[in-house]
Amino acid sequence: MSILVLAEHHDGALAGATAHVVAAAQQIGGDIDVLVAGENVAAIAEAAAKLDGVSKVRVADNAAYAHLLAEPTAALLAELAGDYSHVLAAASTTGKNVLPRVAALKDVAQISEIIAVESPDTFKRPIYAGNAIATVQSEDALKVITVRSTGFDAVAEGGSAAIEAVDFVADNAQSTFLKEELAQSDRPELGAAKVVISGGRGMGNGENFKLLDGIADKLGAAIGASRAAVDAGFVPNDMQVGQTGKIVAPELYIAVGISGAIQHLAGMKDSKVIVAINKDEEAPIFQVADYGLVADLFQALPELEQRL
Amino acid sequence: MKVFVAVKRVIDYNVKIRVKPDHSDVDLTSVKMAMNPFCEIAVEEAVRLKEKGVATEIVAVTIGPKAAQEQLRTALALGADRAIHVETDERVESLGAAKALAKLVEEEQPGLVILGKQAIDTDNNQTGQMLAALTGLPQGTFASAVDVDGEKVQVTREVDGGLQTVELTLPAIVTTDLRLNEPRYAKLPDIMKAKKKPLDVKTPADLGVSVGSRVKLVKVEPPAERQGGVKVGSVDELVDKLKNEAKVIS
Ligand SMILES: Cc1cc2nc3c(=O)[nH]c(=O)nc-3n(C[C@H](O)[C@H](O)[C@H](O)COP(=O)(O)OP(=O)(O)OC[C@H]3O[C@@H](n4cnc5c(N)ncnc54)[C@H](O)[C@@H]3O)c2cc1C
Repeated sequence: MSILVLAEHHDGALAGATAHVVAAAQQIGGDIDVLVAGENVAAIAEAAAKLDGVSKVRVADNAAYAHLLAEPTAALLAELAGDYSHVLAAASTTGKNVLPRVAALKDVAQISEIIAVESPDTFKRPIYAGNAIATVQSEDALKVITVRSTGFDAVAEGGSAAIEAVDFVADNAQSTFLKEELAQSDRPELGAAKVVISGGRGMGNGENFKLLDGIADKLGAAIGASRAAVDAGFVPNDMQVGQTGKIVAPELYIAVGISGAIQHLAGMKDSKVIVAINKDEEAPIFQVADYGLVADLFQALPELEQRL
Repeated sequence: MKVFVAVKRVIDYNVKIRVKPDHSDVDLTSVKMAMNPFCEIAVEEAVRLKEKGVATEIVAVTIGPKAAQEQLRTALALGADRAIHVETDERVESLGAAKALAKLVEEEQPGLVILGKQAIDTDNNQTGQMLAALTGLPQGTFASAVDVDGEKVQVTREVDGGLQTVELTLPAIVTTDLRLNEPRYAKLPDIMKAKKKPLDVKTPADLGVSVGSRVKLVKVEPPAERQGGVKVGSVDELVDKLKNEAKVIS
């Protein structure tokens, strides 16, 4: 068996998710190559070469792969896939955009968001917003898979894999990158943070999200949100935690003014410790919370910031 | 421009699902079914494009059992002009659905195909991307804004870091995210009118495709249940528990 992992990277740096995908690849077993595609990605390739368990880093450094648009990136992966039994990527918006396209180009199914490897062709994945866990077996020779980071502990760094260039350049006259509006934040990434504090509709408005800032500063936490808070325009979309947003599993998750709809729980119920602050003692979030505080958040949050 | 919208019949998003005692699948007997929420957003977007004069005809398509015609009728009530039902009782996964859709796209040559980014049953998030691959068309996934401008479409995408805008040549495939629009409800007179709108039924064999899945569902289990914990009486007690009992803060 041989596995190709598509490296995830942002702003010129290898993203943490890649080390989790390599861990999933190790559980499948066999040689693991990492593909770094993008423009000016030499430093990213070097970082990928250090990940434990990687045999080779293949680098497609070309303007064609800038921003990892789906059309050229999928064409590249489809071109290289012939050498492999598995193609893996993080279940990020990049992986989710590109991998189904690769699978269809190769006329195979794609398996989304695996959380466990049972054998090289059998995997576990959540369905129905995580209210059921399916064990699925691929009957295709090539397995194309996205990996949920929270299911696999990241591999360490200590390797020194060979780095080799890939010459293939995909033609793409169909899609052009225009612009990006990326959230600027000094806080840890939601998916990687040890502590996450999220606000919901109960926060009332965007301004009130500042009440979470001081607490997040003290705990080194990332700040998340429910869909209702994003839909209402309190905070941007990249903060949404849930079935159709980001999946997090920190040591500590604090849900503030969030009712606990199944779609929200889908994104955070694997957290180690869950705290809920809600003024409605019947709120479903309390059914999953290790520690529930029935209180008005406008009183509880300043107090919490002070006590920490 | 002709616009295709794909819709899927799924469990209503408010329903808490049950796993069958034999762990073969989830139990959908006498469960409330509905149009997948992301497909509702897709239909709404198509209707808005027609209201703006960009779309001239909206064709709603579904692949699934006979009962899925209910969701096609909903799409017709919301403003689709006609519907195509690819009828099958097989367990259809994304690749099969994409193959059937690709055949229809080849036959009918729409300028734009809009799909939901994911169905809330399998949570696959694949069909639009696969359809784009099979038709050789560009894709704008997880859209929060769609602007058709002559021969091109600009799609603003919800990505992990924020928003990304791409420009695609038409025809193109778009998948919807939650913030694209807020779907309207069907009005009673439109529901009545929808009953008379054309609905074509085809089989996968008519289209010359096989829609069966090559991913075997080995078993389905309920997730590990989380035990509810305790209620604390004050912020002080909460901080104390987090420090000394859970030991997650210092
Ligand atoms: C297709 C689909 C996908 C979805 N995906 C997601 C997703 O990924 N993530 C997600 O989060 N949701 C998602 N949802 C939405 C989900 O169903 C809920 O609507 C949403 O999570 C509710 O957000 P909320 O808890 O903030 O708001 P509400 O349900 O309105 O809850 C607000 C809570 O705040 C409490 N509150 C109000 N004021 C105060 C106060 N002063 N002090 C303390 N507490 C207060 C209230 O008691 C209430 O419990 C999705 C829905 C659909 C249909």
